[in-house]
Amino acid sequence: MKIHVTDQSGTEHELEGLEGWRVMEVIRDWGLNIKAECGGAMSCATCHVYVDDAWMDTVGAPSDEEEDMLDSVGDVRANSRLSCQILMSDDLDGLKVTLAQSAAKDEAA
Amino acid sequence: MSGTEIVTDAVVIGAGPCGLFAAFELGLLDIKCQFIDILDRPGGQCAELYPEKPIYDIPGFPVVTGQGLTDNLMQQIAPFQPEFHFSRMVNTLEKQADGTFRLTTDADETFIAKVVVIAAGGGSFQPKRPPVDNIEAYEGKSVFYSVRKMEDFRGQDVVIVGGGDSALDWTLNLQPIARSLTLVHRRNAFRAAPDSVNKMQKLVADGKISLQIGQIAGLEGEGGQLQRIHFSTDAGDVSLPATRLLPFFGLTMKLGPVADWGLELNDNLIVVDTEKFETSVPGIFAIGDINHYPGKLKLILSGFHEAALMAQAAKRIISPDEKIVFQYTTSSTKLQKKLGVA
Repeated sequence: MKIHVTDQSGTEHELEGLEGWRVMEVIRDWGLNIKAECGGAMSCATCHVYVDDAWMDTVGAPSDEEEDMLDSVGDVRANSRLSCQILMSDDLDGLKVTLAQSAAKDEAA
Repeated sequence: MSGTEIVTDAVVIGAGPCGLFAAFELGLLDIKCQFIDILDRPGGQCAELYPEKPIYDIPGFPVVTGQGLTDNLMQQIAPFQPEFHFSRMVNTLEKQADGTFRLTTDADETFIAKVVVIAAGGGSFQPKRPPVDNIEAYEGKSVFYSVRKMEDFRGQDVVIVGGGDSALDWTLNLQPIARSLTLVHRRNAFRAAPDSVNKMQKLVADGKISLQIGQIAGLEGEGGQLQRIHFSTDAGDVSLPATRLLPFFGLTMKLGPVADWGLELNDNLIVVDTEKFETSVPGIFAIGDINHYPGKLKLILSGFHEAALMAQAAKRIISPDEKIVFQYTTSSTKLQKKLGVA
């Protein structure tokens, strides 16, 4: 199954996703610019993505705890989600997301 | 404690789980540790990011929380009486002519150590910056990420951003002395303690503070002095006069000054060997999430292993003439005495 990820510079990437992986893990594994500093524990918001409008219904709304974590970034939109909370499945084959600026890693020294 | 100099065997930068366990391994070899950490308590990511979250992959613990693991490690290293210097950051680290290391902190302290162990995880925890152009120009003058002196806010038009305890607590504390106070949050739901939320809502109802639902979009001012803040809201752009801004978006990890210490790095990680976990500068070691070597796994248990091997190498630097006998805590009376159990 595939996901389409637009990075912070606007380039679109087609990534191969694996059933049961978190979208964050797929994006990180492909080496795109995602900090994901808590590693998927829903304890930060540095895997923040915008879900393409066409996919919002399938992906669904964030949980209360996820909403709380989204409070810690300043670029939240109606289609904001933490990509560590989206699990890959057949339903999400073709999913389109855009990496938020607040998910970017620090620049390498 | 201004201008103090502390001379020690080992300085450990970072009091997360791997750094704490390093004090145990070093302690068994009679090496005394001084810890420096930017947080105000031990535990690192375990304390700051997930104190209540269960961890399932610590050997011997089917399940333990981040805080539970930290508490256990503190108990385990207590016999070695490590000293902790919290809420400060190491700014500089230099090797001196005599082979020792000189470290300075942002709290104006100097440490002289025979070895340095960098166990800084993802770097130092720093306040998150809101995504607003040119905010750096205002920081320390009219934009602050913490309140050091309340007097700085007296008679000011204060804007506080956030929905957690820090945002709400400072809203309640600064309201009596500010000229005006506006709390800005992206939604009308707050994760702060319900009691604080109730008090805040009463202040809004009484007209003593304003609540603005929206996100910060831009700053206006001159020479670092804030004059106006712009917000994006459901009703479009809104702006209001402001002379102080306190954004509370929590903390994030930044590599920070480590990058300037002349160590070989790989994608913001410190390159080490897998025999001693020593960096490109002999006598400086790096363990835990901050290091890099072929096959590295960022697991706490990997850091524990790295700490044990690092300690052996550190001992050879600190006591070059001493013969090191490898011993087990189960059978060595010597080690048990150090642990205070024999």
